[in-house]
Amino acid sequence: MTAYETVVGLEVHAQLKTASKIFCSCSTTFGARPNTQVCPVCLGLPGVLPVLNERAVRFAAMTGLAVGAEVAGRSVFARKNYFYPDLPKGYQISQYDRPLCAGGGVDIQVGGTRKRIGLVRIHLEEDAGKSIHPEGREGVTTTLVDLNRSGVPLIEIVSEPEIRSGAEAYDYLTRLKQILVYLDVCDGNMEEGSLRCDANVSVRPQGRAEFGTKTEVKNMNSFRNVERAIAFETERQIALLNAGGRVVQETLLWNADKGTAEPMRSKEEAHDYRYFPEPDLLPLDLTPGWIDSLRSELPELPYQVRERLIREFGVPEYDAEVLTETRSLALYYEEVARRAGNGKLASNWTMTEVNGSRNKAGQSIEEFPVRPDRLGALVKMIAEDRISGKIGKQLFELMLTRPEGPEDLVKSQGLLPIDDDASLRALARDVIAANPGPAAEVKAGKERTFAFLVGQAMKQSRGRAHPEKIQDALRKELGT
Amino acid sequence: MTSGVKEQETAESIGRSVVSRERTAVEVARIFVERAERTASRLGTYLDRDPERTLAMARDVDARIAAGEKLGPLAGVTVALKDNLCTHGIPTTCGSRILEGYRPPYDAHVVERLRAAGAVFTGKTNCDEFAMGSSTENSAYFPTRNPWDLTRVPGGSSGGSAATVAALEAALALGSDTGGSVRQPAAFCGVLGLKPTYGAVSRYGLVAFASSLDQIGPLARTARDTALLYNAICGRDERDMTSRADARPMDVERLERGVKGMKLGIPRDLIAEGVDPEVRASLDTVAKTLSDEGAEIVDVALPHARYSIATYYLIAPAEASSNLARYDGVRYGFRAKGAPDLQSMYAATRGKGFGREVRRRILLGTYALSAGYYDAYYLRAMKVRTLIRKDFQDALARADAVLLPTTPTPPFKLGEKVDDPLAMYLNDIFSVPASLAGAPALSFPSGLTRSSLPIGMQLVGRPFEEETLLRVARTWERRNADALRVPAIAAGPRG
Repeated sequence: MTAYETVVGLEVHAQLKTASKIFCSCSTTFGARPNTQVCPVCLGLPGVLPVLNERAVRFAAMTGLAVGAEVAGRSVFARKNYFYPDLPKGYQISQYDRPLCAGGGVDIQVGGTRKRIGLVRIHLEEDAGKSIHPEGREGVTTTLVDLNRSGVPLIEIVSEPEIRSGAEAYDYLTRLKQILVYLDVCDGNMEEGSLRCDANVSVRPQGRAEFGTKTEVKNMNSFRNVERAIAFETERQIALLNAGGRVVQETLLWNADKGTAEPMRSKEEAHDYRYFPEPDLLPLDLTPGWIDSLRSELPELPYQVRERLIREFGVPEYDAEVLTETRSLALYYEEVARRAGNGKLASNWTMTEVNGSRNKAGQSIEEFPVRPDRLGALVKMIAEDRISGKIGKQLFELMLTRPEGPEDLVKSQGLLPIDDDASLRALARDVIAANPGPAAEVKAGKERTFAFLVGQAMKQSRGRAHPEKIQDALRKELGT
Repeated sequence: MTSGVKEQETAESIGRSVVSRERTAVEVARIFVERAERTASRLGTYLDRDPERTLAMARDVDARIAAGEKLGPLAGVTVALKDNLCTHGIPTTCGSRILEGYRPPYDAHVVERLRAAGAVFTGKTNCDEFAMGSSTENSAYFPTRNPWDLTRVPGGSSGGSAATVAALEAALALGSDTGGSVRQPAAFCGVLGLKPTYGAVSRYGLVAFASSLDQIGPLARTARDTALLYNAICGRDERDMTSRADARPMDVERLERGVKGMKLGIPRDLIAEGVDPEVRASLDTVAKTLSDEGAEIVDVALPHARYSIATYYLIAPAEASSNLARYDGVRYGFRAKGAPDLQSMYAATRGKGFGREVRRRILLGTYALSAGYYDAYYLRAMKVRTLIRKDFQDALARADAVLLPTTPTPPFKLGEKVDDPLAMYLNDIFSVPASLAGAPALSFPSGLTRSSLPIGMQLVGRPFEEETLLRVARTWERRNADALRVPAIAAGPRG
């Protein structure tokens, strides 16, 4: 059997978080009542003209700069002509042979292997409205059209066909989304539709340079579904080829419930979009000065934050990845680490306790009740050996529902550590007296039972006994 | 001055008398309403005309003046609007069935400007469907007739606007010009028609035909009146990214400065063939008169202008095929009933809603843009367009304006060319070059034929030099015995 290689290119559409649409001043807010965020321009009424939203251009160019693409000094808008009820003008204003950005790439990491997925281009275009079809709705035969979304700015990000698996696709999408969210140009939410992905999938025998016939797979509504769809389609194509068949170039719709991709039922003739330059918009000219100034205003990108955390706080790569999942989390961590004076400890607490706790509660880092000032103070106490990690955890739990800082809670909850010699010796004597059997075992040389005694000491002191010093105290009292 | 109409009928004198409160806007409006009542149905000038609405507008203007508001030269002046200009709440059909009854929810930029200026609208004038045509016979509703001879066409596509001004039903009118649609009907109806420099007037609210060519233009009976209307509508509008701040209102008095020292270039090559002898004679008369007034007549060459028709009839339909895609029966206008599915609905709606010429141009344009043909047709036409633009730049380095006929012939008969689209297209041979170049171009009445049919001459100028063109036309006007002559249909009891 021939060994096949998967070849995938992804086309991602990202809605830009501008306040108004790309060619008119209607609001882009999600979730409004149908056809209430519309005007003559985005309705495509007779006589209207597009006016370009500068912020959309900024966001698109920022994205290009962030992925290392070349931002064109001149790019041109073009009409993509086709008929559909949710496309009011009968054409979409997009960009064709002179897009805003070319090249660039996204670094991914799958199973410890790093690679860079190249980008072909990024261009600006307007979104169409939404069609709500009657499928599955009893007795309904009418399609409804909501044009609130018509005219929302999009960037289309096209990757080179350098993705080799569903897992790589998943990581690519995660990283790309992270960049967009860090730039604050897009919400990156596939479920809400602010991020959409189509996959071009083909296979070829290992070692062959020519591409096989590709199919286009659409309708995946999550990164996981993109991964599953690629896996499905790859398998289907390989099975087809191994059985002596040929792959047909077609568009398939992913069905998440069934876990299959089916050819689009409507017999769609291949679209001839009849692209031509948009005469109502002048070519978009961006000076090197404008581009440079935009570049200097770029916020820190994920990889830059990661590098900095490693450099400034001495955390390992794995931690840096987790801590930079969102910029808010990274900012949170940074403040904790600065206050605590211990980067690694702060990282452990953030990754384990904070993330664990807020995931259980379904809270974003912004909503999380323990702010960096309190957590930083707590971690500092632990770093300075003033309380044990165990006590720290107890304080943390309390801090989730109480406003006081760790210093106050330690006092009010009677959690002050026991680490003076006299108290520890007294405690050790108590534990030995309460557990004569085990004490005798240890004296007799059975080391393993010592741990039990230590445990009893911790239990009796409600964790307040200094973990190392109590051991010394026990040994002294046992005379071992 | 000249024989014929009382001087008070110019827009300039009307506006002056209303501002000085010598007359009320209502008195003025009544005169024009009554005239239209007498002649509009015979001429077929209007698709929508509401005397009550016109008088109500006039009352508003009077109220504003009474309240002390300072209005400009167009106060109380009656203006007709071509039916492809969006007027809020007033039907805007573009001469098509597909927009029958459509009422826009907004005013075009030029309409807003005119309302602010205190103009009074007489109604929406008839035109070739979606501005596609040279005779107004392509209107889906009815043709308009030339006021000088009711068996002849008024020209197109702004035939209604030109005819209504010629027949004194309105003092001024706005039309739109893509390949000659203001200039040619102006010539056929014996009035002035200006196609401003591309970008001089905002297209916001002009129903698009060919976006890189369309311009809204004034129609009037005198050069000064043309300037006043141009002044009211020109200039940058934030809603049209192709509109330019370089377009500025002109000082009307500067039109009186004559043509001494000006150079006028005649493109002999272009007009060597196919020109009616009376039109040619008229050109010679105009050239001689202007020469007597101190202008120097030179020869210029426009070597690529002979490709204009082919170039225009690729670019314009291509853009039109895209601009008219929105008329699909989904959101507004006509929708064919009983279609079983979406594709059938589209086909039936557009098949029935659009007339033959519109369908012809959509097919032509779609073809020119289609895969495999784009390079050979559309792209190539754009390249030739650049050459034509350069021809004008070269010519206008040697002359201040190019002088040539507006049309090759005087007005033809209704029905004469309607079944021969190519013959109809060839009407545009002198007007299309300036459209492709984006240059300002003015048609002015240069005389009448032996059978009293109007002839128009054309001036093409450098970008944003509309003043130069109007100055030449004004100079001719002062020497023209036939200026302000009125067709018989309009010569009746006057207010």
